Amino acid sequence: MDQTRRNVLKAGGGASLFALLATAGMLRPQAALAADWNHKAFAANNVKDALDALGASNAVNSVDIVMTAPEIAENGAVVPIAAVSKIPGTESISILIAKNPTALAASFDIPSGTEPAVSTRVKLAQSTDVHILVKAQGKYYITTNEVKVTNGGCGG
Amino acid sequence: MADPMRIRAIAKDGEVDVKVLMAHEMETGQRKDSAGKPIPAHFIQQVTATWQGKVVLSANWGTAIAKNPFLEFHFKGGKKGEKIQVTWTDNKGDKRTDEATIN
Repeated sequence: MDQTRRNVLKAGGGASLFALLATAGMLRPQAALAADWNHKAFAANNVKDALDALGASNAVNSVDIVMTAPEIAENGAVVPIAAVSKIPGTESISILIAKNPTALAASFDIPSGTEPAVSTRVKLAQSTDVHILVKAQGKYYITTNEVKVTNGGCGG
Repeated sequence: MADPMRIRAIAKDGEVDVKVLMAHEMETGQRKDSAGKPIPAHFIQQVTATWQGKVVLSANWGTAIAKNPFLEFHFKGGKKGEKIQVTWTDNKGDKRTDEATIN
């Protein structure tokens, strides 16, 4: 079988399909670096499954990730979290909340020229471990902090 | 059409500090209404910030980001007077882009 011809046809077929879909407006315009939304990772109801879905199950603990969050959050619906990575070549920073109905809260892609530091506010269903996952130079690193919550933030 | 985002971008020491406050319910899909029916999830899934045609931040979010999301980040370069754009897209396909001038 002519592998080269097969490969060329495969590549050519893919490219023209892409062009057709783009013209038909079926591809949502996305900035080049925006990764596809990872359904499996965002649906995971525990940290282990979320890490697996992110390809990060081998993440090693790192002291070079600094998470800032209140020790005790009065209102679980709005908990400020800041994460800074001191690991060289940081490509992404993710927030995982162990005892939330779905563990993965957010993933931030850090292009070169942007500081590997993000702040946001999250909902915490209850007192929980919060993990910051960093991808740097193709490897994964993780840190864990407990945040206590007096009023849980996910229910009605 | 959703309410506009509030974007503050300040240039200092060769970096721009960006703070964004978005208007969005960020409904988790966990809550039920008074009749006991689940309120469908409605939340921002993707955020992209650009400056001079370059993506300076992109993010994928789940339902745990708090209502009326807040986001802060910093990037190098960027001068007073230049513009940055922030776009969000939610799980219903709604989208919003706002622009701000760096101060």
